[in-house]
Amino acid sequence: MKKTKKIKIILNGKSRSLQKVTSVYDLIRSLKLSTDKVAIELNKEIINKKTIKNLYLKNKDKIEIVHFIGGG
Amino acid sequence: MKDLFKIANKKFKSRLIVGTGKYKSFSECAKAIKYSGAEIVTVAVRRVNIVDKKKPLLMDYIDPKKITYLPNTAGCFTSEDALRTLRLAREIGGWKLVKLEVLGDKKNLFPDMIETLRSTEILTKEGFEVMVYCSDDPLMAKRLEDSGAVAIMPLAAPIGSGLGIQNYTNIKIIRNQTKLPVIIDAGIGQASDAAIAMELGCDGVLINTAIAKAKKPFEMAEAMKFAVIAGRKSFISGRISKTLNGSPSTTNKGII
Repeated sequence: MKKTKKIKIILNGKSRSLQKVTSVYDLIRSLKLSTDKVAIELNKEIINKKTIKNLYLKNKDKIEIVHFIGGG
Repeated sequence: MKDLFKIANKKFKSRLIVGTGKYKSFSECAKAIKYSGAEIVTVAVRRVNIVDKKKPLLMDYIDPKKITYLPNTAGCFTSEDALRTLRLAREIGGWKLVKLEVLGDKKNLFPDMIETLRSTEILTKEGFEVMVYCSDDPLMAKRLEDSGAVAIMPLAAPIGSGLGIQNYTNIKIIRNQTKLPVIIDAGIGQASDAAIAMELGCDGVLINTAIAKAKKPFEMAEAMKFAVIAGRKSFISGRISKTLNGSPSTTNKGII
């Protein structure tokens, strides 16, 4: 896959196009999220937040970003 | 006299755990927690809102360094979903103490005890400290204890029903048979329900709806705080035995 090629990922159940090569860390930053308040699952596997700077997204990747909300 | 609430070697002063759902806002929730005196709050795990980036975050209102977050698997109907949720919760910030809830009945929100038991075993093996929402069945409570649960959390009545404790006998049997803390989870409606739970010998009470949906949530939060304290003190003080006939409070000696 060429680096310039546009890729599509599924982010929290919704399709999203990425224009350039994006790491998971870049994605979190672009969403204005703080890494210490979320957990990330890539293709159903939980990822260690320490590794996300060098973890690049691929076409058709499914990523879930979750956090805490109010609950009983 | 120090009477601390111990769960998995952690010590707390307050025996009231509150949920953070159903409030009008995070600020209302944070204020209610303050009134309740709770040191532990349950929280849920959900997808972040990727559209509205300015949406307020729970962690900005309730500081996890000051209040113990208890990640909960509310809304999970399978063991798989519950495990996924708690593994994610642990990843957010290293939470090991968690509350497991695997539901089996959409109408009454009763727990699916087979799935719950299975999940407790797996989570315990993975190093979690699992507090478990369960039915008020003493046999199941025993099985959970054998599977490594750190707290038994029987329901008083269906979640959010406000019906109060329905089965005094089973709750007492569960309390008396286990070394683990027993925490009444679900079904509390008013302060007296919480006091009764404590007088039955329970170690704590978890309340969400009864506070969040009261007309005056802050007042109710405070009422629950006092009810739990009163019920606990009443339990450990050793109540008088019940008698059929009256006994005067004042001596007859020196009567005129």
